[in-house]
Amino acid sequence: MTGARAWLACLWAVVLREGLRFVTQRERFLSALVRPLVWLIVFAAGFRAALGLSITPPYQTYVTYEIYILPGLCGMIQLFNGMQSSLALVYDRETGSMRLMLTSPFPRWWLLFSKLSAGAAISILQVYAFLGIAALYGFRLPWEGYIAVLPALMLSGLMLGALGLFLSSTINRMENFAGVMNFVIFPMFFLSTALYPLWRMAESSTLLRDICAVNPFTHAVELIRFALFGRLEPEALGWSLLALALFSAGALWGYDPARGMIRLRRD
Amino acid sequence: MKGPALAVEGVSYEFGAKSALADVSFAVEAGAFCALFGPNGAGKSTLFSLLTRLFTPRAGRIIVAGHDLSREPRAALARIGVVFQQPTLDLDLTVRRNLLYYAALHGLSGKAADRAATRALERLDMAERAGERVSALNGGHRRRMEIARTLMHEPSVLLLDEPTVGLDATTRRAITDHVHTLCAAEGLTALWATHLFDEVKIEDRLVALHRGRVVADGTGAGIAAGRSLEEAFMALTGAERAA
Repeated sequence: MTGARAWLACLWAVVLREGLRFVTQRERFLSALVRPLVWLIVFAAGFRAALGLSITPPYQTYVTYEIYILPGLCGMIQLFNGMQSSLALVYDRETGSMRLMLTSPFPRWWLLFSKLSAGAAISILQVYAFLGIAALYGFRLPWEGYIAVLPALMLSGLMLGALGLFLSSTINRMENFAGVMNFVIFPMFFLSTALYPLWRMAESSTLLRDICAVNPFTHAVELIRFALFGRLEPEALGWSLLALALFSAGALWGYDPARGMIRLRRD
Repeated sequence: MKGPALAVEGVSYEFGAKSALADVSFAVEAGAFCALFGPNGAGKSTLFSLLTRLFTPRAGRIIVAGHDLSREPRAALARIGVVFQQPTLDLDLTVRRNLLYYAALHGLSGKAADRAATRALERLDMAERAGERVSALNGGHRRRMEIARTLMHEPSVLLLDEPTVGLDATTRRAITDHVHTLCAAEGLTALWATHLFDEVKIEDRLVALHRGRVVADGTGAGIAAGRSLEEAFMALTGAERAA
């Protein structure tokens, strides 16, 4: 129980469980892919003419709008994945298995970290499947980007998962997920650089630009964007790490037994 | 082991201004089957949440096999096996995979986990169904599987929160008998939450909760005192209401 092997076995079991469940639920896999593909193939096609992009790092030449939003859509997959795992916790289906997990004698922070890693691993599988389809469709990136993006996706996946976990401890009813959509997913996605660069936003409103600049999702997207071109963006890395630390602290607080996690419906 | 297998000492808990448990105390000796009886809203689920450290009591303490759940949570949790009211099996995964997942949560890996899974399957007499998905099992089998799974890390205290919910009368009886046998044959201590009188045997240890308080603590026979348990409980709660 105390050896490192047991700790890793626990982590691996949680990740494996999540992975096996994911592959057995094909409709979940498909729906996770359809959303970003619709954005890429339909929205981007219609929108490319409306938005002019100048050459900004990491791009060294003009890029099509589809290439520009590719990293944002990778982030979107992870954002939805993080929120959906929190939804699953609020929804009764997962509450039981979460309770079971929390009765494990491993420290709670390790169990939550295992859960987060599992969610991040699933989101990474989804992102690679999405990038694969996008490549088949003709939206290709430098080959080294596909490797360099892995650590970036791990960090962004953990960060967005930690946000979801924190939210799951504060939401106690299913109906509140509509609130999460409206007040978390949509603002995070639209007030970020996923669909348009910051300088574009600044042309309309500096306030909105400033909001975009502090949005952790912006930094996750930028981290992914630079990594996809084989480059590291230190600022995005720093902000993403900070956001991960804050959201993880929030999740630990939310699941602190002294606080009383998920205010369960009483008997 | 010194002292009782499970001791709840002066535990209180409030949800906001509403008291859910008020100064609850009782102790269960090793090897006993103890029914925690109470109607819906009596505080059973709150007590189970505290016993499984989902949250910690504001007042009082819980001792499991000599370990204080607040001070030594890991040592205490390692001695507990829990069967929740809600099913916690993954229906899409195989029986064996479910068992191995639980084993890993309790620090068993590699051969030790395999051995524990094989033991659990033998206990269930289900070795040949190890590769089947849990969704192929009926409700009774699933519950028995959850009980067998919770024994994999060899706990000394078994906590069961209304484990027969949704099962038919025959299966309910079989599962109640099964846990009684575990206590008698293997020296396990079981705390069985229920609101059904027919799940309590007259010789069982019985702790009755009503509105967050312990209203009776003794054997079924002692509390019934010649009446049926139902009559005795009505009398107890009626008296409390009048007081």
